[in-house]
Amino acid sequence: MAKASTRSNRTDTYLSRILGAMGLLCALLLVLVVFFLLKEAWPVVQSGGWLRFFHAQGWYPLEQLFGMLPMIWASIAMALGAILLALPIGVASALFLLFYAPPSVAKIYRLLLNLLAGIPSVVFGLWGLTELVPIIATWHAPGTSLLAAILVLTLMIIPTVALTSVAALSAVPKELHAGAQALGLTRKTRIMSVIIPAAKAGIISGALLATARALGETMAVLMVAGNVVQTPSSLFDPVRALTANIALEMAYAMSDHRASLFAAGLLLTLIVWGLALIASRIVKSNGKVLAYAK
Amino acid sequence: MTMQPHSPTFTLGQIEQGPPCCEPIPHLSIKGLSVRYGAQTVLDEVSLDIYKGCITALIGPSGCGKTSFLSTLNKMTDAISHAHVTGSIHFDNNNILDAQTNVLQLRRRIGMIFQKPNPFPLSIERNLELPLKEHGIKSRKVRKEKIEKALRDVGLWHEVSDRLNTSALALSGGQQQRLCIARAIILEPEILLMDEPCSALDPISSGIVEDLIIRLRGDYTVIIVTHNLAQAKRVANYAAFFWMKERVGKLIEFGQCQHLFDTPQHELTAAYISGAKG
Repeated sequence: MAKASTRSNRTDTYLSRILGAMGLLCALLLVLVVFFLLKEAWPVVQSGGWLRFFHAQGWYPLEQLFGMLPMIWASIAMALGAILLALPIGVASALFLLFYAPPSVAKIYRLLLNLLAGIPSVVFGLWGLTELVPIIATWHAPGTSLLAAILVLTLMIIPTVALTSVAALSAVPKELHAGAQALGLTRKTRIMSVIIPAAKAGIISGALLATARALGETMAVLMVAGNVVQTPSSLFDPVRALTANIALEMAYAMSDHRASLFAAGLLLTLIVWGLALIASRIVKSNGKVLAYAK
Repeated sequence: MTMQPHSPTFTLGQIEQGPPCCEPIPHLSIKGLSVRYGAQTVLDEVSLDIYKGCITALIGPSGCGKTSFLSTLNKMTDAISHAHVTGSIHFDNNNILDAQTNVLQLRRRIGMIFQKPNPFPLSIERNLELPLKEHGIKSRKVRKEKIEKALRDVGLWHEVSDRLNTSALALSGGQQQRLCIARAIILEPEILLMDEPCSALDPISSGIVEDLIIRLRGDYTVIIVTHNLAQAKRVANYAAFFWMKERVGKLIEFGQCQHLFDTPQHELTAAYISGAKG
């Protein structure tokens, strides 16, 4: 008896050590990535400081001009445009799935969303390039454009927004549903005025994560955006995203040019982390609503 | 000696300061009410009258169907897909259980307070404004007046009048429950259903809410589920004792609260209120 318990204690100790080591490895990887990005970007920072990325007159690597602003604006415009479209569509899908669809339809619909979330981004890019871009070109040449990138990204992040919204809306405590019903509120008022406000934090944090995904997306954007380095002034302008720029130029970039691509990667990483941090803050601040559930 | 048509109504008044509300006019008339969840009967053939302006306490051990009984009265059982309710509940010459009952209107007339305070995660004012808007009170001025009155009625006005726009979730548990009562009475319902409204509160808040419930007597017909027998004795005019027989909830005894406690007619009631059973 005593022996058995010693043994299970020892197993537990081993297990906790192994798990601890794995956890440490993950944390270490994160530090390593940042370290690696910093190290590779360092030469160009040292020779011209951080501000050169923002002050330089455009992106002309051969002339040692590494102005990233046009691409930063392009990336932000794409991600913002995509989330503005995907948020209402995604939340509406979630509401339909949870409150309006008959159970059998809801089940299939949820499966579809999961499948949509799993489609490789290059496939979205293929579709965008062969179907969407020609349509846009009939409105305004050349077709490869900010608009094409926004639409492809929207499709890609709708399932993320919808599924995180479903999770947030399902987490609304049943006491709130019951309270709203007992007041004789219609389904529309219950959903719009009670359930959505209660799930607001979860929905917003899901949207932030989806925005981060849109910002980080490379392949689909590279295929449809046109890749001209310029600050977008219209939806039909071909633009180049920060991510696409790295993918396009890394193969031949040397010295400072190469280092500045790493700096772009570092910048992207930091923005995405910033979004994730805000998202987790919002969820935490919403603890009170979910505390009902206890 | 003449026979009295009802059990002596005003005995209560002679023993303790009786409320003038207790002329036994049935407000709800319940006949043969049964509730099944799937194949499991949880409440079997309950018949009783709920008297207007009185507080009726539903007492009995957990799982004997008190809450199920309560939620049939405002058709909250509709939300449970496998719930099946039979019998009749007469309210204003209509049977609540009829399929054509307008549930939204019914719930405006029969309000409900839950065990756990459930203010919406909105501002204090918005919590109260929402039901008013929903039930067609368009004038902002009228809404403001009604909100102030409801908050005064539950004794919250002085505590929150300077922060109506702050989140209702920042209130203490007892304040939240009083806000929920305000939210229910702001629609001027005739009947209030209360499902253990004090059980999630600390003793002081519980006392305040209990005093509030007593003050509702006369203006509202209150039906309150409570596990706290002392509370039932303090607040209620009538008491209904439920018990579980072979996993089926039954109404064992119904009568004036003080009679039920002082001279229970049924041995189960006697055992339960003396603490020997349950």
